[in-house]
Amino acid sequence: MDFFIQLLVNGLSIGLLYGLSAMGFVMIFKSSSVLNFAHGELLAMGAFLFLVLTTWAGLPIYLAFLVTLAGSFVLGFAVERLFLRPLIGESLIFVIMLTVGLASIFKGLLLFFFGGNLHTYPEFLPAGLGVQLGNVFVPPVYVASSFIGIVFLVLFGLFFKFSPQGIFMRSVADNQTAALSLGVHVKKVFALSWAIAAMVAGMSGIVLGVINGINVHEISAIGLKVFPVVILGGLDSIGGAIIGGIIIGLLETFTCGYISPSLRDVVPYAVLVCILLVKPYGLFGLVDIERV
Amino acid sequence: MTENGNGIFLQLNNISVVYSDVIQVLKGVSLSVEKHRIVSLLGSNGAGKTTTLKAVSGLLKPENGKVTDGSISFDGAAIQNSSPEQITRKGIIQVLEGRQPFKYLTIEENLKVGTATRWTRPYKKDLDMVYDYFPALTKRRKSLAGYCSGGELQMLVMGRALMAHPRLLLLDEPSLGLAPLVVREIFRIIKRINEEQGTTIILVEQNANMALQIAHYGYVMENGKVVMEGEAHALKENPDVKEFYLGVSAGGKTRTYKDIKSYRRRKRWL
Amino acid sequence: MRRLRFHPCGNFKESYAQEITVFETDFGRFWLLVGLVLLFGVLPFVSSPYFLYVCNMIGIAAISALGLNILIGYTGLISLGHGAFFGVGAYAAAILATRLGLPFWVCVPAAGFVTALTGMVFGIPSGRLKGLYLTIATLAGQFIIEYILVHWESLTQGTMGIVLPEATLFGLVIDGDRPFFYVIFICLVLVTWMTKNIMRTRYGRAFIAIRDNDRAAEGMGIPIFPYKLLSFGISSFYAGFAGAIWAFYMISITSETFTLSLSVEYIAMVIIGGLGSIPGAIFGAVFITGLNEILRWFTDLFMNMGMATGFGLNMASLRELAFGLAIVLFILFEPKGLAEIWRIVRSNFRLWPFSY
Repeated sequence: MDFFIQLLVNGLSIGLLYGLSAMGFVMIFKSSSVLNFAHGELLAMGAFLFLVLTTWAGLPIYLAFLVTLAGSFVLGFAVERLFLRPLIGESLIFVIMLTVGLASIFKGLLLFFFGGNLHTYPEFLPAGLGVQLGNVFVPPVYVASSFIGIVFLVLFGLFFKFSPQGIFMRSVADNQTAALSLGVHVKKVFALSWAIAAMVAGMSGIVLGVINGINVHEISAIGLKVFPVVILGGLDSIGGAIIGGIIIGLLETFTCGYISPSLRDVVPYAVLVCILLVKPYGLFGLVDIERV
Repeated sequence: MTENGNGIFLQLNNISVVYSDVIQVLKGVSLSVEKHRIVSLLGSNGAGKTTTLKAVSGLLKPENGKVTDGSISFDGAAIQNSSPEQITRKGIIQVLEGRQPFKYLTIEENLKVGTATRWTRPYKKDLDMVYDYFPALTKRRKSLAGYCSGGELQMLVMGRALMAHPRLLLLDEPSLGLAPLVVREIFRIIKRINEEQGTTIILVEQNANMALQIAHYGYVMENGKVVMEGEAHALKENPDVKEFYLGVSAGGKTRTYKDIKSYRRRKRWL
Repeated sequence: MRRLRFHPCGNFKESYAQEITVFETDFGRFWLLVGLVLLFGVLPFVSSPYFLYVCNMIGIAAISALGLNILIGYTGLISLGHGAFFGVGAYAAAILATRLGLPFWVCVPAAGFVTALTGMVFGIPSGRLKGLYLTIATLAGQFIIEYILVHWESLTQGTMGIVLPEATLFGLVIDGDRPFFYVIFICLVLVTWMTKNIMRTRYGRAFIAIRDNDRAAEGMGIPIFPYKLLSFGISSFYAGFAGAIWAFYMISITSETFTLSLSVEYIAMVIIGGLGSIPGAIFGAVFITGLNEILRWFTDLFMNMGMATGFGLNMASLRELAFGLAIVLFILFEPKGLAEIWRIVRSNFRLWPFSY
């Protein structure tokens, strides 16, 4: 029973992180229909930026965190401006391959500067943050990650529901031509969604780094986990991304705990194929409201 | 904005529009619109009415179209081939054909998107104005636009455009697929908007009869050219327009299938 | 003797047969012959073993890339599982040769068919899915196959790998680079010829119709699902065929080769070469394989320079960087790929000195 709770807690907090990364991914997809294969590398960029700022530049933690968020934001903005904007209107395969190429470039750069070894952050979370749940001790990292995850979720929920920029972003995702006819700055929306997605990715990267340590290969592999998550949740549903993330996180930890650790990485994809065959638009994907 | 007199507000000077570098749709269209007037563009399908509107609003670009020749000036400034973002900020708003709401946004959120050109300023008063013009929207304000009826959607997209405080409103077939009563309602509101807000309106319509009732001036387009123009009441009396767009034969009676074999009038402008 | 045909200066085609002719002019036929003679008669005898090895790798990659081009370039279905299919072919050949003791010439086509079946199984989602969703489904296919190759140890021997017996053909032992060169390139020529002809039949035209608009194609009476499956089947057949030859050439295979990055490499070949172009797939194979070898050479160079060993280690990572850069630059600046550059160069020659 304790083992079960332990797994449940781990699964939930990992899942929340998956959900957050997936949210950034969905945001890009919703507004500009780009399938971002470089998402894992965006996570890794954030994680390593934080590493540089904390260990080498010696910034205090909260400042390093904020600077990393800002840096990721700028990175996302730049990626959209330099690489994606010229491709607006090109066919799907080019856009996909461009992000694959970008992933490769980022990965190459990170490997060049940091190598393929495991790096760790200095211990900075206060030990008092851990929570005792019955017989199970939840380590501070998981508490912190869940906390950050929930805070970001609420913030984004409010942003999309109430702020003008959020509503504009949703309108572009909904009907681009109509948004254009009303003077919504569509290109600005694209850039903004990349920037926000990169920022969220950077944050998830930091938290993942705190949990597992940072290694270029592992973090960028997590970027690919985004796919089962978003398919489960439906490619165009932000809420679905979170739920999908939690389901995949739980699925992984339970498979790992009860069946076999080696199955961990393949189960999400097996689930994915099954879902695609049964419900092609995911569990929470918007059913296209069609009227003629 | 200078409000004095009825100067020429929008001027299209001999424009040609080409899609994808190969398909020429407009072949030298000239028209001018005076301030505070309703100008109606009539013509059959494929005449180039929608393309004319899109040339004005800058929405040709996403469809790979371009104004290759001629010039468009709005309030004294050249706007041909500017981006839609710039043009909308000058006060030209197009209401697209076929009602394109944001399906997953509520009615009220849809209206808020209309403030995109000036989103830093307050919009509460504008919301009230829109609900005043379109009372039907008031009770649906919290529901998703995707589940509203056609008439409500037409009101929604027009209201959305009004939120932007347009100086020139381009309406593309507002009566498309609506019941006659709703059409009448919509046209009454268009006239009210024109009279109360002083908005200049270009109205593209298939329903020539309705359009000529509220318009001040009209153009008839065919095959990418303007073939006829005139004051609305004059157009309404023109035998050619009557025959081809109003469905009234030269004798003044409504055409019936009985005399289907009768000699069909040649279009004089061809 | 009939008159030699030259290039007309304009489009003067009068029948559909002229539209789908393989060689527009006898000039093209002549140069192709010259090329083949050079390829088979001269190249193997003048090049170093290393260069021959590179050529062989190019040939194998080209066969596989041709297959992927049928799927992506002609049918418009994006598959991220081609690397895994290549692996299925390699393992099928290895298992057939070691367990059942089948000869080389049976193993290779049989492996192709096994892979074609696998490909069709993973192509089933294409019945309901399009575009992005299908891409993700093939990505899942890649991971699932990878997992099976590593973990079905009773069949694939997992990470230990399988050692293949010697390949023999008509009683001759094929070993070393030169005999394999002949095997590979004869296969490549056959496969190219086959592809060219598939594209001239109704099947090819159906693929192209599906690519351009699958709903319209369905409306025209093309049963799109069977054709999509067929496209998956043909493309995986090519991948499996190439994988089988590769397995025999490499003698021992392990499962680590057939990762997602191999799939990405194949897509890169198709894109850099030119989507929907047969020469393009071959150009792409040359380009990517060449790039890989050049980068490896650079890395080795730095590794051997003693003091720069650390730097050389980092160079390995620059392989990723250069690879990504190549893809990105091609997409941004020449999305039609090398085939387009080749076309421009050729027509410049043809039309010289009046280039337009």
